[in-house]
Amino acid sequence: MAGDFGNLERGKFPTILKETHADSLTQPFWDAAKEDRLVCQHCTNCGTFRMPPSPFCFNCQSRDHDYPELPGTGTVYSFTVVRHPLHPDLAECCPYVSGVVELDGTQGAGARMLVNIIDCDPDAVRIGDKVEIVFEHVTEEMSTPRFRPLSG
Amino acid sequence: MNTIRDKCAIVGVGTTEYYKRGQSYPETELSMACTAILAALDDAGLTINDLDGFSIYSSSCDPATVGAELGVPEIRWATTTTSGGGGCVGALGVAASAIETGQATTIVSLMTLQQLNRRLGGSAVGGMMMFAMMSDGGGSPYGGGGVPPSAAFTANNGLLSPGHSFAQITNRHMHLYGTTREQIAEVALSSRKNAGTNPRALRPEPITIDDYFNARMINDPLCLFDYTMESDGAVAVITTSTERARNLKQPPVLISAASHGGTGRWGPALFRYFQTPDEYFATSGHRPVAKRMYEMAGVGPSDVDVALLYDHFAPMVMIQLEDYGFCPIGEGGPFLADGNIRYGTGSIPVNTHGGNLSEAYIIGMTHVREAVEQLRGTAANQVEGAEVALVTGGPAGLPVSGAILRKDV
Ligand SMILES: [Zn+2]
Repeated sequence: MAGDFGNLERGKFPTILKETHADSLTQPFWDAAKEDRLVCQHCTNCGTFRMPPSPFCFNCQSRDHDYPELPGTGTVYSFTVVRHPLHPDLAECCPYVSGVVELDGTQGAGARMLVNIIDCDPDAVRIGDKVEIVFEHVTEEMSTPRFRPLSG
Repeated sequence: MNTIRDKCAIVGVGTTEYYKRGQSYPETELSMACTAILAALDDAGLTINDLDGFSIYSSSCDPATVGAELGVPEIRWATTTTSGGGGCVGALGVAASAIETGQATTIVSLMTLQQLNRRLGGSAVGGMMMFAMMSDGGGSPYGGGGVPPSAAFTANNGLLSPGHSFAQITNRHMHLYGTTREQIAEVALSSRKNAGTNPRALRPEPITIDDYFNARMINDPLCLFDYTMESDGAVAVITTSTERARNLKQPPVLISAASHGGTGRWGPALFRYFQTPDEYFATSGHRPVAKRMYEMAGVGPSDVDVALLYDHFAPMVMIQLEDYGFCPIGEGGPFLADGNIRYGTGSIPVNTHGGNLSEAYIIGMTHVREAVEQLRGTAANQVEGAEVALVTGGPAGLPVSGAILRKDV
């Protein structure tokens, strides 16, 4: 397996898990991702959003939910610049930026996404930066979500 | 109110030597656990015939295997706190609870660690995947196995080691409070200085602030010296009732308080989760545990003579200083810069043995050993007149833990 990371691009962490291993709760996210849409599980009882999809609402313990579409933009909540590769074969994608993004249209905590932030200058990224989602369609089932600086 | 305060005591400490990662071969985790347990019993003036319980954390050994290997006559108590290293000193409280309620008399807590082929947040795809899947299953042997649906939300984001996770907390702390790398460096430098006069430290070579800033950046804002080393070895401690402890070989070290847990939404915290509410994100997760611990012990931060704070990453020491009340929230950076944690001159000497950063990293148990030696008055860097020690486990996934140990005076 080592060495099998495919063609690496600086700043972009490769898709090492190419299957979604989805269940009925996560499948709607991956279905939307295929169409370049971001949906987020949402409690229809109290309105709390949560990520990743899970059985119970942490706010009201309801199991009722739907998957509204979000604008796909958000704010960098925290991040790190990975300069030293976890594996020598990953050296070519370093440095890359990965972090925590709070999604516009949600309450923030509880519905954050943990993502690779691409198309950016690693030394210029700051907490509070506005970003937008971009999906890479890797396999029939896996569309990897990443974020990039919001243009304009 | 019923409490475990001062009802039980640590009476024996035993260890293997400390090894750099992978250097303990041909010893095994089992052989090192047995070596440490026998040494701890011997230190206490006890034998294997006295041992009747295991109160461990992170499933650090298998009591069934160790009990059979050493011929323990009867095991009356076998528990582990859940999750990882965060439960370290919480296990001492569980031991005290069992002894105080008459369910066992002599309980061992330990960690044994050998990292030949596997590492947390490992170096190949398998290790990274393991990290992505952490804290999803609960660790039961009866779990369904396989890749959980949540893994697909984290496996491909490049946040695949503990250092990547703790950097998020650190960065957020820097953003909120203006904390600087220069302030955080104080943790690495002061720990390294303490290691220099501790003969068993694995990293005694001195470092300067220039060394710190010239060190390889692993992932911002964490450089090489902000990372703990990885070590092999085992450390075991023996707990029994205070009454019995007073008739044993060593001066008893009383367990004044030990609590474990955390706020529910801390959850698996930084381990692939990161959904902690705003007021808790840039913390160590220890705040609720600290409150209960101090209440149980009937002391406050100003009573603590020496603090052994879990230091897998240097900035986490700073944040624990806030959460354990040594300085106000957000002021850990200036508190460090003022020299407060230095041995010999600071207001609260921290990690006098060199800590995980510079002595050895046996997932926290080396801190318990140091606390016991400080309170016995036999530490390499002895704090004059030390009577009260704070020891912590974590930050990590819940539970994290804190304990107050004190001299029997
Ligand atoms: Zn709800």
